Amino acid sequence: MTLLPFLAAGWIFLVGVYGMVTSRNLVHAVGCLAVAQSSTYVLLLGVGFRKGATAPVFADVPVGTPVVDPVVQALVLTDVVVGATVTALLLSLVIQIRKRYGTLDPEELTGLKG
Amino acid sequence: MNRRARSAVFLVAAAVFAAAFTAACTGLPAFGTSTHPYGSRAVGAAIQRHTANVVSAVNFDQRAIDTLGEESILFGAVLGAVVLLRQARDEDRQAPVPGRILPTTLLLGAGLLPVTLLVGVYIVGHGQLSPGGGFQGGVVLATGLHLAYVAADYRVLRRVRPLAALGAVDAAAAGAFTALGLAGLITGAAYLQNVLPLGTFNQLTSGGLVPLINAAVGVEVASGVVVLLAQFLDQAVEIESPPDGERPQGTGPSPEAS
Amino acid sequence: MSGISGGVDALVVVTLVLVTAAATAAVLTRDPVRQAAVLSGLGLCLALLFLAVQAPDVALSQLAVGTAFTPLLILLTVRKVRRSGRGDPADEDGPRADKAGRGEGR
Repeated sequence: MTLLPFLAAGWIFLVGVYGMVTSRNLVHAVGCLAVAQSSTYVLLLGVGFRKGATAPVFADVPVGTPVVDPVVQALVLTDVVVGATVTALLLSLVIQIRKRYGTLDPEELTGLKG
Repeated sequence: MNRRARSAVFLVAAAVFAAAFTAACTGLPAFGTSTHPYGSRAVGAAIQRHTANVVSAVNFDQRAIDTLGEESILFGAVLGAVVLLRQARDEDRQAPVPGRILPTTLLLGAGLLPVTLLVGVYIVGHGQLSPGGGFQGGVVLATGLHLAYVAADYRVLRRVRPLAALGAVDAAAAGAFTALGLAGLITGAAYLQNVLPLGTFNQLTSGGLVPLINAAVGVEVASGVVVLLAQFLDQAVEIESPPDGERPQGTGPSPEAS
Repeated sequence: MSGISGGVDALVVVTLVLVTAAATAAVLTRDPVRQAAVLSGLGLCLALLFLAVQAPDVALSQLAVGTAFTPLLILLTVRKVRRSGRGDPADEDGPRADKAGRGEGR
């Protein structure tokens, strides 16, 4: 039980990378990258959890109640939004690839053009 | 390398990774441990600076330079997408055919849109008190604006979305974040240090520099996400690319190498 | 007190299992349009998991981004790249269920 969140994060990461490796469609590959990114969120928040503690916001609880780790939450928070915009940048690259080469299959996009 | 070789290499690597990761996880502190050295110090520092939302304090006060970097990544990604999805020379723009709008959906969207925008502004404004902040509120604002597209039509969305102004606002907000850090330098402290008066704990104007940076990030994220979505909507709805056979430069997929 | 933390632990375990299942399903769905819908479900399950581990800020972010923003981008990309001509097996699919099909000039 104590290892479950970390192992789940590792599984999600491997599943995401497996999807990228065996993908036949670049848009599907970008979706698998998003899945792999979410594994890091699960791992970080799992590290920061504290039994019997509450959210690190003191608007309604008295100062001094035990709270979960706020530092990892700050890391994940910005990462979620920025990761989505990087996904958008990748998808625009996919659109350009489709326009130039006519295909979205990574196996047909071999070879570097000098 | 063909598919089977690639999958085989991946499976070997995945097995090695899984073994090493599981071994590393047994060395981590147990899930739910009560010793968080960084966490307790961050909470103490946030209380000292009168910021009720400790996550916002960490993001915009204690580690503000990291947030500046993240927000620059966001700005750069929006910039890259705008450049990549520009209308090319061999493409032309076609006016979208009006879609069928259901009156009940339109009513629901018209009612929900101002409420959603208000909730987004609330989340941005109360970032230093309750769960919220610039990043969350900005995304809520941006996706809320697109209720106009979901409930009505693309043309309605274009009317409520001043794209050129939003692009300028995006750049201005990104610059404002950088400039707010100079407030620290002016008073002789470090860049992005919290030098404004800290106010009373749990009030709207507490936290010194945190509400201002919050607002700048909220505006930047909201306008950036709207501009980003606008590029994709433009490409999907308005811009017509020439079909594959008529492409002038004649590039095709590179020859199969296997 | 131990009763409450026991309940929270159970919630964490349940949402963790949901997230793992949704992630596996998202990878195994090869069609991008259906994958967008599964990714939206994954975003929702992630938001629930983040709530269970007492992270409301992160849950807010993840909810807006994961359920609305990323699937919308994927659907718009699929809409854009559907063309006649050389395509991959995922292109010759059934009726398009994407929202981006409305209001376009074709």
